[in-house]
Amino acid sequence: MNLHEYQTRGLFEKYGVSVPPGILATTAAEAAEATAKLKSDLWVVKAQVHAGGRGKAGGVKLVKSAAEAQAAAAGMLGRNLVTYQTDAKGQPVNSVFVTVGVDIARELYLAVLLDRSAGRLVMMASTEGGVEIEKVAHETPEKIFRETIDPAVGLQPYQARNLAFALKLEGDQVNKAVGFMLNLYKMYMDTDASMVEINPLVVTKAGDVQALDGKVTLDENALFRHPDLAAMEDLSQQDSRESEARKYDLNYVGLDGNIGCMVNGAGLAMATMDIIKHIGAAKGAAPANFLDVGGGADEAKVTAALKIILGDTQVKGILINIFGGIMKCDIIANGIVAAAKAVKLHVPLVVRLEGTNVELGNKILADSGLPIITANSLKDAAEKIVGAIGK
Amino acid sequence: MSIFITPETKVITQGFTGKNGTFHTEQGLKYGTRYVGGVTPSKGGQTHLGLPVFNTVAEAVHETAAEASVIYVPPPFAADAILEAEAAGVRICVCITEGIPVLDMVRVKRKLMDPKCTMRLIGPNCPGVITPGDNGTGCKIGIMPAHIHMKGRVGVVSKSGTLTYEAVKQTTDVGLGQSTCVGIGGDPVHGTNFIQVLSAFENDPQTEAIVMIGEIGGMAEIEAAEFIKTSITKPIVGFIAGASAPKGKRMGHAGAIISGGNDTAEAKIAAMTEAGVVMVQTTSDIGMAVKQILG
Repeated sequence: MNLHEYQTRGLFEKYGVSVPPGILATTAAEAAEATAKLKSDLWVVKAQVHAGGRGKAGGVKLVKSAAEAQAAAAGMLGRNLVTYQTDAKGQPVNSVFVTVGVDIARELYLAVLLDRSAGRLVMMASTEGGVEIEKVAHETPEKIFRETIDPAVGLQPYQARNLAFALKLEGDQVNKAVGFMLNLYKMYMDTDASMVEINPLVVTKAGDVQALDGKVTLDENALFRHPDLAAMEDLSQQDSRESEARKYDLNYVGLDGNIGCMVNGAGLAMATMDIIKHIGAAKGAAPANFLDVGGGADEAKVTAALKIILGDTQVKGILINIFGGIMKCDIIANGIVAAAKAVKLHVPLVVRLEGTNVELGNKILADSGLPIITANSLKDAAEKIVGAIGK
Repeated sequence: MSIFITPETKVITQGFTGKNGTFHTEQGLKYGTRYVGGVTPSKGGQTHLGLPVFNTVAEAVHETAAEASVIYVPPPFAADAILEAEAAGVRICVCITEGIPVLDMVRVKRKLMDPKCTMRLIGPNCPGVITPGDNGTGCKIGIMPAHIHMKGRVGVVSKSGTLTYEAVKQTTDVGLGQSTCVGIGGDPVHGTNFIQVLSAFENDPQTEAIVMIGEIGGMAEIEAAEFIKTSITKPIVGFIAGASAPKGKRMGHAGAIISGGNDTAEAKIAAMTEAGVVMVQTTSDIGMAVKQILG
């Protein structure tokens, strides 16, 4: 689960991770008022959306007066911001964050993330802040520093000092950075984060160490023990099909192709997308979505899934691929037939069933009177749906 | 032979009296697995499926001499269940539970990395392990459908449940069968990894060829490819799911996300090909590819 910048800053403040002062505004007038409350002669107005690349897209503006702040906020609020990380529609801007402008001496980078191979957290820092970290990692890996954290004892001050000195911090800055890092680690652990990234981490001309921007991703599997954090979720920032799918415990990711997919199991769902792309690329066919219906593909779930898939107007055909496993294919087939009738299916549907009672399942589909095409392998299914939408 | 488990392996179920624990223990018993009891705290002393229920894993291990356990405990309590199994001296622990918080698994992993720890963890978020057998002589620890398996010559290791079933069914259909199938799970922090399973298959006389199924996200397949180059002589057929997945979108499994760099399907396919793995382009080709190698 992603948080807005202002929510992230709220957590930073709570844990003593230093940030420049700022105020959230939901109207242009509030943005103007914020400049009066924040003593400075330069402010930054930032659109609050779940996407990076805001600066280049016009979602971050430097302003020098209340009037300019009002105008900047008015230009952002109520619109959708399109960045290189969003789709063509963009993300709705429902609020802006106004902060004081900071005199920056140095821009650095700091993150806490999981090193999967070690099964441990790593605090990662770089002297190259304000730029894309993947690029730094690729071109100048020697400018990235890491400290692996033993979960039994947590991040130690000496590790934070190692990073501070590697970042060439001096004098007072070292202790400020060490405190900053230890507090950030505590926040990560307490909130069950899965990633925290501060880019840039700045040293101000006054010698302070502050987070100028912050991105926090929370572990969705741990939200059950953080109802306060779960309540911060902003559904307006999500694909509406994805939020709908979550209501039915379906795992859905919207893509931009024309063949809707419904599969049981994440790996098999990806493999189904892959084969559609592999076989269909030359014929203009591509997967419209990832959709894992999970282990219990019953009628209610299949109906909900079909509705979500058909809600995408780009979908010209549907492929259902279920490896029955312990569930019996005849039960799944009955669910598909009932669901197809309920949603008044108007595009070709190819179904590939496998597992117990597969013959009976296929017979139910064939006898249903519905235009359902059955397939006997995944490859066969992909070929049939690509062929069907080409007609 | 087989790897990790044999038809003689005694197994207990943690989360025994719940819906999943009950159903899958019953299925396992039908397949010939030697389930000897189970654990549900505060239900100790009862009998379930004709087997004794214990309050603690320690008690269950002491009374039944079980060496394996399988966990169906809900996510908030699953890490604790794994650590309880370790403390009780369980040799092999299979955790089926999906949705365990990552930081819980970081703590579990530290315990597993302790040189004094002797327990092997399979999973979490996996279908489990099965050593197929004829006529009720198999050992099935997990949720995989028994009927698609056949005792035989191919070792299967996979991050994905249903893709494992694809590989299993196809190797059965072409008449080769399986020695042991291991689902290692799709979570970012897990127990047994590709390298450990590949190494066990290399040393298992029954295994003549290996099917390895990976997916986008993480570096496990790249690390396995390095290991294969130096240490595996048996033929391997490989598949990586997620070639069509866009960057930054999580595909169901907590670990299946491309975050930049070497965790794409393309990079993994290249590394495995270079290591001599026969990579198939679609999952439907797995069975025939193994058949061609083994003849």
